[in-house]
Amino acid sequence: MELLSLSEEEWTAIRLSLKVASVAVLTSLPLGVLVAYLLARKRFWGHALLNGIVHLPLILPPVVTGYLLLIAFGRRGFIGSFLESTFGLILSFRWTGAALACAVMGFPLLVRSIRLSIEAVDGKLEEAAATLGASPVMVFLTVTLPLILPGIIAGLVLAFAKAMGEFGATITFVSNIPGETQTLSAAIYTFTQVPGGDAGALRLTLISIAISMAALLLSEALARRVGRRIEAE
Amino acid sequence: MTFTVEIRHRQGGFRIEAEFASEGGVTALFGRSGSGKTSVLRIVGGLVRPDHGRILVGDQVLLDTNKGICLPPHRRGLAYVFQEPRLFPHLTVRQNLGYGQWFARSRSSFADPEKIISMLGLEALLPRRPGLLSGGEKQRVAIGRALLAAPRILLMDEPLSALDEARKAEILPYIERLRDELNLPILYVSHSVGEVARLADHVVAMADGRVTGIGGASEILGMQTMATGRESGSVLEGLVRLHGEDPDLAAIELRGCCLLVPRGDLHEGQKLRVHIPAREVLLATAEPHGISALNVLRGEIQALTGSDGGAVDLTLLCGEEVLRARITGLSAKRMDLAVGQSIHAIIKTVALNAPGLAH
Repeated sequence: MELLSLSEEEWTAIRLSLKVASVAVLTSLPLGVLVAYLLARKRFWGHALLNGIVHLPLILPPVVTGYLLLIAFGRRGFIGSFLESTFGLILSFRWTGAALACAVMGFPLLVRSIRLSIEAVDGKLEEAAATLGASPVMVFLTVTLPLILPGIIAGLVLAFAKAMGEFGATITFVSNIPGETQTLSAAIYTFTQVPGGDAGALRLTLISIAISMAALLLSEALARRVGRRIEAE
Repeated sequence: MTFTVEIRHRQGGFRIEAEFASEGGVTALFGRSGSGKTSVLRIVGGLVRPDHGRILVGDQVLLDTNKGICLPPHRRGLAYVFQEPRLFPHLTVRQNLGYGQWFARSRSSFADPEKIISMLGLEALLPRRPGLLSGGEKQRVAIGRALLAAPRILLMDEPLSALDEARKAEILPYIERLRDELNLPILYVSHSVGEVARLADHVVAMADGRVTGIGGASEILGMQTMATGRESGSVLEGLVRLHGEDPDLAAIELRGCCLLVPRGDLHEGQKLRVHIPAREVLLATAEPHGISALNVLRGEIQALTGSDGGAVDLTLLCGEEVLRARITGLSAKRMDLAVGQSIHAIIKTVALNAPGLAH
């Protein structure tokens, strides 16, 4: 049992990872839905460009994404210095920066999943809602949104899983500071770099598997419940 | 509620030009598929913005391109029944019905919801989800949902075309009840002579994006059906008189002649329109004896035209009613038919089959 009891630092890493991943997906969700809706339903100048930018983190080496974040959101970066002087918000080497890195890395997965489900919604239903007196915003809230709920849940889980496992961009942007930016993945990496760290790495690996599995099962259950309501058609 | 519609619109290479008005009742936009009637309905509903146009309902302007007015669909106060039901799958029947009602809560409705629900026979369906309903039930819910939105005009785009004959027969009486009991103007798009003959008060006939005729149903349908192939026939209108000798029969009193039909649920004095397909009319030069058909009308040949496929179309004047008949060219030749000749038209009773008019 000695092997399975977690040290205080390990607990900290787990709690931090859960906090970072949750904040990352929940704050990026509204923007994700908006971008997915624009990409799925609107034709505008720069459509392909927006699509490309959203998907970039998926294909760039994570280190590159992390470095770009460091340039832009670092304390001397053009966005970072603005955020600090205006809102007092510092991202570099803080857990909030880790959340930003995770959000950026998970964003393409979130948008992709939601966009596909929006495209699967029959536009004729939205048309019918409009003829019944619903304004475009009400059409979205009462018809589109309930119908894409399974897609949103799937997107959230994918992005959450990505955020839990995110390593390259995070460590490049906010480094590996225990208690502040050392997430589960970074902690495992640290254990593998010190002699006698195998047991710690293994414990955290098992925890990591358990969390991922739990998230997956939860999302399946949620999607089934929502799906049962909608599927009937 | 009166409304006027004036539209000019180009859709790809197709030009639509329509101008008509309605004083209420059921106005049918009638024509073959591709004649532009659905496009006109979509423009009225606000789903398509035309190049030029003006649409008035009562004294409210829904669209006036000269003044840059074009109300979006949700602010037009109309409701639309589409070919397919388009029910919201995530809501129950009750919630579907309540959808438009919720947005219309500030408007006074012309009928209370209970009445509409019972009129359409929806009570038993209320807690169910749309996915488990039959096609006919779904379309009834869609009609109810549109009515509960308290529209000033109901737009219907071939609401029966996706249904089989049995389902059509199930829904038609409900639409007739809307017309008779709710005093709601309906703009009804259809290519079916039978449906239009049965439902419409006024007909706007369309072909190739243009209006080719406006008028009463019998007048326009009679004129129109002459030109079209399969459904060619006559539409006659008369009053029902119950038959003295046989309780199972009823007579339809036309102008200068009379037809016998199975009584069904017809009642004395009822106004009725019947559609007689041209090919259901047989001709005889001498008065036929020993024949099972009940309806033999005496008439005179007014016109005789050869049509495609070697058939000959005849226009007969029976009393004051105009009857169309279609026979083969060979028969016309053998019988030596000519304009002005007196003739007997034999109509199989079943062909009338009022008021179902299944074609």
